[in-house]
Amino acid sequence: MNDFEQSLRTALGLIVGADAELVRTVALSLMVSGSACLLAAGFGLAAGAWLAVARFPGHRSVVLLMNTLLALPSVVVGLVVYLLLSRSGPLGSWGILFTPTAMVIAQTILVFPVVAALTRQLVGDSLRDGGDQLRSMGAGAFLCGLLMLLHDRWAVVTLLLAAFGRAISEVGAVMIVGGNIAGVTRVMTTSIALETSKGDLPLAMALGLVLLAVVGVVNVLIGFVQRGRGSALAGVR
Amino acid sequence: MSPGLPTVDTAGPLLRVRDVSVRFGKVQALRGVSLQVMRGDFIALVGANGSGKTTLLRALHGLVAHHGTREVLDPQALQVMVFQRPFMLRLSVWNNVILALWLARCPGRAPRMGRAERAARAAQALRRVGLEALRDRPARALSGGEQQRLALARAWAVRPQIVFLDEPTASLDPSAKREIEALLEGFRADGLTLVMSTHNLGQVKRLATRVIYLDRGEVRVDLPTERFFADHVDGRADLFLKGELSWSLE
Repeated sequence: MNDFEQSLRTALGLIVGADAELVRTVALSLMVSGSACLLAAGFGLAAGAWLAVARFPGHRSVVLLMNTLLALPSVVVGLVVYLLLSRSGPLGSWGILFTPTAMVIAQTILVFPVVAALTRQLVGDSLRDGGDQLRSMGAGAFLCGLLMLLHDRWAVVTLLLAAFGRAISEVGAVMIVGGNIAGVTRVMTTSIALETSKGDLPLAMALGLVLLAVVGVVNVLIGFVQRGRGSALAGVR
Repeated sequence: MSPGLPTVDTAGPLLRVRDVSVRFGKVQALRGVSLQVMRGDFIALVGANGSGKTTLLRALHGLVAHHGTREVLDPQALQVMVFQRPFMLRLSVWNNVILALWLARCPGRAPRMGRAERAARAAQALRRVGLEALRDRPARALSGGEQQRLALARAWAVRPQIVFLDEPTASLDPSAKREIEALLEGFRADGLTLVMSTHNLGQVKRLATRVIYLDRGEVRVDLPTERFFADHVDGRADLFLKGELSWSLE
């Protein structure tokens, strides 16, 4: 039996057997990445809509920066958050380093630019089509941006799914600020990294497959919602 | 007059612009335009492509930055604009009208209205344009003519004093055009003031009380409809009416 086959069997075994450690790790992964995405969505959607309508000196630079931050390395985020939250850092008194809260903060910072930059693009495109018409009806600039989020809500869901994918699949930031403490801050990706370093490649691969399955299930659920909506809008331009 | 519409004074200006100019980069879209929109007017803006009709509509409505002065003489007067290709949010027909009512009553624009009043007005507006049966359909699933009727319902529902219309029947089939024209005639009968850009001279004769002919961003003629078609006050306007305004003359 080769490693890949063994990984599949192990993954299946872990899932079917509802391995307690696995369930705890998956739950923590979903909680951390889900919370980070919710926070990033709250700030990022508003910031993206605002950037799409606002015009101020340096606007282009801010947009450029936001687009550049799409490629923000997760280890850099982890390092910065670590320095901020470590005992000697400016936020050391919070005492949240090596906790899930620190992991949520790091992942929020990581996915915020993804949400904000893609939202700006999405809202900007829609405003070109209908921004004047909304303004003509009495909407202020920022309200126009928010209404376009409503208009493009299914694209926004896809965007948030992409952000969730970015969050749940990263390892650098959560490893640095979480510390990969078993039962406390160990998530899927840090488990995979640990098992790989221990040489248990089949288990690492199995965890990878479980991670993919988790993201796949979320994707399928959203797909169902969109398909249901799509059939209701058959023929919509 | 339809119920709930504002009482309209029979005379007096509603909107005035003086020496309005608009420039888009190197293009001078409007040059020193001065005019008054009087209550009850149905103004047709005509002119060749690129003459500045849409820009003038937007300037009158306050949607475009300009030099010169623009005075809304009745601060309570609500203005709305119906565009050539109306933009419908991905919502139902009903919710598009409700949203327009909500936006029209945003703080600072007009008194707020309750949910029941919004619903009553939306139902009335959809009945008026014949879209009541389609109220739960997605707005973007409607045909072009139906979307234009929905845009008119959205505009009419907010009880405006002035409606700006940017080629509202362009790209519609003859039957849909007739429907829109009938609605516009009804709006005028209700006492609304309408300012419409169009290329359709037959429509101008049928609907408008006053014609403004624009040429290269300037108002060349501003006359009652009958006189515009009967008098020969401007050489270029005559050429336009004959369809002989060629590029070589530009």
